[in-house]
Amino acid sequence: MGWFKKHSYPPFWNEYLSSFDNHSHQDLHDFRFVVFDTETTGLNPKSDRILSIGTVAIMNENIIVSDQLEVYLKQDTFNADTVKIHGLLKTGKLEKVSEETAIMEFLKHIKNAVLVAHHAAFDIAMVNACLKRLGLPNLKNKVVDTGFLYRNTLNSSNPNLHFSLDDLSKQFNIPQHDRHTASGDAYITAILFLKLIALLKQKKVKLKLDDLILPKKRIGLL
Amino acid sequence: MNTIALRISDFLKQYPPFNMLQQDQLLAISGAVEVIYVEPENFVFKTTEPVKSVFYVVREGAIGLYREDTQNLVDECDEGDIFGLRALIRQGNYKLTAKALEESIVYSISSDLLEEYITSNMEANMFLMKSFASNTSFRQDDTWQNPISATFISDFNDAESITYSKNPITCHSNTPIQEAAQTMTTNRVGSIIITDNQKPIGIITDKDLRVKIATGNIRIEAPVTEIMSTPVITYPETISVAEAQIAMLEHKITHLCITKDGTPNSALTGILSEHDILVIRENNASILVKEIKRCQSSVELQQIRMRSEALLKRYLEQDLPINHISKIISAINDNITKQVISLALKDMPTKPPVDFAWMSMGSQGRHEQLLLTDQDNFLVFEDVEDANYETTQHYFLEFAKKITEGLNTVGFEYCPANMMGSNPKWCLSLSEWRSQFKRWITHPDQDHLMLCTIFFDFAFVYGDKSLADKLSENIFDAIDSHDIFLNYLGLNALNNPPPLSFFRNFLVESSGEHKDQFDIKARAMMPLVDAARLLILSKHIASINNTTTRYQKLMDLEPQNKDIYEACLLSYEDLLHFRTKQGLKHSDSGRFIDLQQLSKADRLELKSSFKAIKSVQELIQTRYKLSQLM
Repeated sequence: MGWFKKHSYPPFWNEYLSSFDNHSHQDLHDFRFVVFDTETTGLNPKSDRILSIGTVAIMNENIIVSDQLEVYLKQDTFNADTVKIHGLLKTGKLEKVSEETAIMEFLKHIKNAVLVAHHAAFDIAMVNACLKRLGLPNLKNKVVDTGFLYRNTLNSSNPNLHFSLDDLSKQFNIPQHDRHTASGDAYITAILFLKLIALLKQKKVKLKLDDLILPKKRIGLL
Repeated sequence: MNTIALRISDFLKQYPPFNMLQQDQLLAISGAVEVIYVEPENFVFKTTEPVKSVFYVVREGAIGLYREDTQNLVDECDEGDIFGLRALIRQGNYKLTAKALEESIVYSISSDLLEEYITSNMEANMFLMKSFASNTSFRQDDTWQNPISATFISDFNDAESITYSKNPITCHSNTPIQEAAQTMTTNRVGSIIITDNQKPIGIITDKDLRVKIATGNIRIEAPVTEIMSTPVITYPETISVAEAQIAMLEHKITHLCITKDGTPNSALTGILSEHDILVIRENNASILVKEIKRCQSSVELQQIRMRSEALLKRYLEQDLPINHISKIISAINDNITKQVISLALKDMPTKPPVDFAWMSMGSQGRHEQLLLTDQDNFLVFEDVEDANYETTQHYFLEFAKKITEGLNTVGFEYCPANMMGSNPKWCLSLSEWRSQFKRWITHPDQDHLMLCTIFFDFAFVYGDKSLADKLSENIFDAIDSHDIFLNYLGLNALNNPPPLSFFRNFLVESSGEHKDQFDIKARAMMPLVDAARLLILSKHIASINNTTTRYQKLMDLEPQNKDIYEACLLSYEDLLHFRTKQGLKHSDSGRFIDLQQLSKADRLELKSSFKAIKSVQELIQTRYKLSQLM
């Protein structure tokens, strides 16, 4: 990325980029993870829109409840079919912000954290589509997919194995509060992430970040 | 918005002390929680690690607290339990290791929030103090001083709300002083309120008339406004005794105006004088006691006993300390018993041939009888010539029969095991009693030990007190010459059925009438009663029968074990309170508890009192080297 181009971006993006300036850790404890989930109008990153983003951070393998974000977006696109899943109406009582404000808040919150999501590729693609509409490049963060992590615990490399958050929260005994709200799902994913890390540690004592990261080529694939 | 915090607060608010906090306080705490996932056999903290400035609440699973090496499990915490608090207050390094017994999720909460919201809330702080006291894990650590305790010491007697005069005498501001004084005299009151449109604007008391009128300073024809004190101090109808006293002291006044909304701008509804407070202080209980002395039949006494039950209910509703309540109720019961005896005595054709003493025993002897239970009593009379023994005993048996009949009428039902003074076995001369007690002590078989646990908690009720004192002396002499007796009594004290199973579940009755109910008396209260009796007997103290008073004394005598005894004391009070409430609710003895009907908070509170049982039993086991006997 050229010096000239960098300056054509808004300040919040540059600030976001600068948070990546120095990172050379590999020890899991040194990283800030931000577990997140989006509720959307549908499953197509191009035509569908984000209705809400929920996040919660993990440091040192503790879920930091105070380090979180919960935003609801004003969107013109609306899909009555998905309302029954997430319960978000076009004009609900919740305080809503513009897509740009939401993305600004999101970037300010995540900084250089490692992003964690269940079936992360979709959520990342949704965020990247927002960024594109704002004339910005894709997210720079490293990404961990809890679905992929679970496949790793099974020692399976079959990419067609697919596990929903519902399946896994049942299997891992995670109470499903606020399922299908962005924050609720982010929290469930966070617990799932901690449980998966514990499982993976049993297999490999010195677990490194690279062991968790979703291979680059899979990001963006659905 | 923070949905996650909201969910955490939904969880926390089910458990003490969080259920005692305001919603916004709870949300502030919940929003700052850190959630920790701990795998089985993994650690939350270990001994010798520096204390982190957080404490923990178990969300799911179970955490075991271990001393030093991980061999010695001292406590188990499950859903809703708090741990790591004492370390926080003591600072330094952890003295225990916290290890997950199963897969667990634990909330960690910063100590700053503890100070900001919890210890500043009296009720919540009180709860924490109690849980400290019952968590004896750190009992060897006597360097630990409790910095929070000072804030919760307060006089709970004062929490009782007040009855005040609801028809205050009033007059208008243009009323002449003389007329106001006449109104006061006719109504026999010491004060009059000057009102304007029902709102109190001033007050005149006897003192004003003395200081301002009788001295000739102001003429009696002048309007009351000339001498009234204004403005008046007003309070709402919900004022408590303590608040009223403080207000009077603060303003150096003797009367408070009670108004609708507590401000001078609403209608006057009553007047509260210093005298009203004195009457409350004197207590309704003392009025009952006075009436008892005037009763001429058991039936009249029965009425009083029923009124005392109403008093008991009111005290419990007002959450007065159970120790205080049980002292009052026991005093009433004692007085009723005394009156029954003096009525029986009048009913006897002749005066007693020799001096005697009537003793109550068991829970009544310990002054812990709150609900109506069976009567347990015995009679001792002075030694007589062998030739006269039979006629003397016969006289006292007749006498005792009248007494037990009277008590039965009042509501103290006959003892099903016939442990009453009307039983020839329990109506004996001093020498007979002495040799009987000695036999029990020197041959401590199961039956004798059982009798000791009942009879040794005796309290003198009526007659010649020196007979009772002689009996106590005799017990100690016998114990001294057979000190192995205390070991047997100790063994007996450990024989009560345990309250919890290995898996921390309540153990319920497996069969019979009370199948699946929890026996709070046998499984929780008797172990504490038995332990207190054993320990206090070992200290040669006869004058104290009450279980909480015994623990109080033990705290003084053994400062090194203060924590354990304090925990026992608080636990016992809790259990007694609990049982009494249960009993009143179901109109029974409160002994058997249906666990299904208890809230989680109640169950937790019950469970926390069991910790004290465990620790005092351990102390007894070590002290009397009982593992060798068992």
